[in-house]
Amino acid sequence: MSLQIKELDRKEYLLPGHTACPGCPAAMGLRLLGKALGSNIILVIPASCATIIQGAFPKTSLTVPVINVPFASSAAIASGINGALGLQHKDVNVVVFAGDGGTGDIGLQALSGAAERGENILFICYDNEGYENTGIQRSCSTPYGAWTTTTIKGKQEKRKDIPSIIAAHGVPYVATASVSYPLDFIEKVRKSSKMKGLKYIHLHAPCPTGWRFPSEKTIEVGKLAVLTGTWILFEIEYGSFRLTGPSRFLLDKGKRRPVEEYLKAQGRFKHLNSEMIKRIVEEVESKWVEIKRL
Amino acid sequence: MLKVLSGNHSAAFGALLSRINFVAAYPITPQTQIIEKLAEFVDNGVLNAKYVRVESEHSAMAACVGASSVGARAFTASSSHGLIYMAEMAFWASASRLPIVMAISCRALGPPWNIGNEHTDILALRDSGWIQIFAESNQEVLDTVIQAYRIAEDERVLLPVMVGLDAFTLSHTSEPVELPNQETVDHFLPPRSDKPYLLSPENPFTFGNMSNPTEHMELRFMHHTALRDAKNVILEADKEWESLFGRSYGGLLDEFMCKDAEVVIVVIGASSGDAKEAAVVLRKEGIKAGVLRIRVIRPFPSEEVRNLLSRVKAVAVVDRDLSPGSGGILVSEVKSALYNLRCRPFVKGYIVGLGGRDVTVGDYLAIFRRTLKSYEEGDVQEDWFNLNLEVLEK
Ligand SMILES: Cc1ncc(C[n+]2csc(CCOP(=O)(O)OP(=O)(O)O)c2C)c(N)n1
Ligand code: SF4
Repeated sequence: MSLQIKELDRKEYLLPGHTACPGCPAAMGLRLLGKALGSNIILVIPASCATIIQGAFPKTSLTVPVINVPFASSAAIASGINGALGLQHKDVNVVVFAGDGGTGDIGLQALSGAAERGENILFICYDNEGYENTGIQRSCSTPYGAWTTTTIKGKQEKRKDIPSIIAAHGVPYVATASVSYPLDFIEKVRKSSKMKGLKYIHLHAPCPTGWRFPSEKTIEVGKLAVLTGTWILFEIEYGSFRLTGPSRFLLDKGKRRPVEEYLKAQGRFKHLNSEMIKRIVEEVESKWVEIKRL
Repeated sequence: MLKVLSGNHSAAFGALLSRINFVAAYPITPQTQIIEKLAEFVDNGVLNAKYVRVESEHSAMAACVGASSVGARAFTASSSHGLIYMAEMAFWASASRLPIVMAISCRALGPPWNIGNEHTDILALRDSGWIQIFAESNQEVLDTVIQAYRIAEDERVLLPVMVGLDAFTLSHTSEPVELPNQETVDHFLPPRSDKPYLLSPENPFTFGNMSNPTEHMELRFMHHTALRDAKNVILEADKEWESLFGRSYGGLLDEFMCKDAEVVIVVIGASSGDAKEAAVVLRKEGIKAGVLRIRVIRPFPSEEVRNLLSRVKAVAVVDRDLSPGSGGILVSEVKSALYNLRCRPFVKGYIVGLGGRDVTVGDYLAIFRRTLKSYEEGDVQEDWFNLNLEVLEK
């Protein structure tokens, strides 16, 4: 029997009054994380929107212990916390909550080191597909064609496949998730937090501010990403791959909604010509072909 | 117990005797032996500590920050490029007020690659908010690492400490070193307390979130005053160390025949031994020479320097470091300490020994003499000592 929404903790760990934009997916991620793990947690947050969301000293909107850390350092800071807690025989969930830049660009070296060392941490990348905190610049995870302030004609390169890079380290758990499918995310957080070693969850986080869509549409855009097959929900548990959530039923191309629907919902793609759209559609398809082989 | 130890191993034994319980480290010459020795201690069960073999110096300091935030006694060591690479985390560690200790085997920076002795690396981080103590001997390295934890963890201080030692002259040179007795060290350095704050689910805090201009200056003021006032704690630690082990390093600075001197060399690190020898030679010739070794670079002992140098005729500040476009780093610190004296001594700066070039007793003799002559002639030009003109002309 899978998790039901009414079974979730009613307690809020991210309090109202936080300073995220309306419709912010990172705030949703933090809220769900609290519901998944409760208070036995130490949160590590590198420079990102998640820094800002907490609010300014001396106030904070997070009720769990948080250490804010430099952009590149989160996996290493978490390693230190984890190592020292181990020596004190304390069993606490050490969780990193980092943006895609703090994960796949500047944070990748430290993350790779922590993965290789098998540090007992849960690393969550909330992927808003750009550097949003500094005002919407491209990151390694910005998809091909997307407008950002540093790719005004659309990004020319395809995105970096961060989950596969982490999976290649042979860590016990790698998963993708989406803020639009909260129960799937919470189940993944809970399940992985019981495993020893580095666990990685890549949380798709549609950002109204950066992606140029109305702030009440975050969940809708996230759902479109999944239902068009552009964002695929899966988990790799001790090496074995499994589709999860709605993605389980989308192996057959005919079951997927057209990718164009997802693109049209966002202002960052509005300059795309038919050739660029074709390339995006082909990339989505080739990802599914890859998955069929797994 | 007397043991023959290199400077690097002295640092490792200092960490062992301090009962550190966390190490995160990354190799770099000439520091590597420190962290190798510690790995050996941990793997042989001599030291009960978590050792994280990180993938970079940035991560080494980051892991120390994480561990120290939950109460560990954390140690690392670095040098040169490693130190500069971790600079961001070094600033973060001090502003987080974490009592981490780091040994630095000081080395030149490239290009060109050079592993020789130079102090530019540690001095480049003089504004990083750490306490910086520079040793003269291997014994002082060992003793200072232990003292460093006592100072760092003092509730009046709560700041990280760098312990500097010269590449090769100390790091790879063996000397007889007295190993202090563990029980007495434990008395001197009790276990780290969990005050004032630890990161813990039982007592949740948010560390380091955004601050407004309305508080930021006050936080920096507190950091600055804690660092400045750490002088007293450093002096206390030195005094108590002396009463327990019979060794003192002068606390903030090590003064050698300065009281009645007409000419004084100010210097950092191991080569002060050679400067002292030169001073003894000159004394025999009737020249009143003295040596002032700055032991503590941060907090800079301005007042103490002023008191010792106010009646000196001529001062030579010897820098084994360079701030290109400005000159020696130590000389500008010394000059600014002296500036508000009504009657200031003559100060001449020397740049020496960059990239591991030898500096000998003979060189210090020449520096003493040249300084007196420059004083007579009023020549305040910075002096690049022993520049090889042939290389320059090529
Ligand atoms: C070393 C360093 N370089 C640059 C920055 C500036 N900076 C802060 S947050 C950020 C982007 C964060 O992007 P991401 O990790 O994707 O998180 P997001 O803001 O999108 O949530 C940048 C470039 C920094 N804090 N530190
Ligand atoms: S820019 Fe996007 S991710 Fe950042 S706070 Fe605003 S909505 Fe959230």
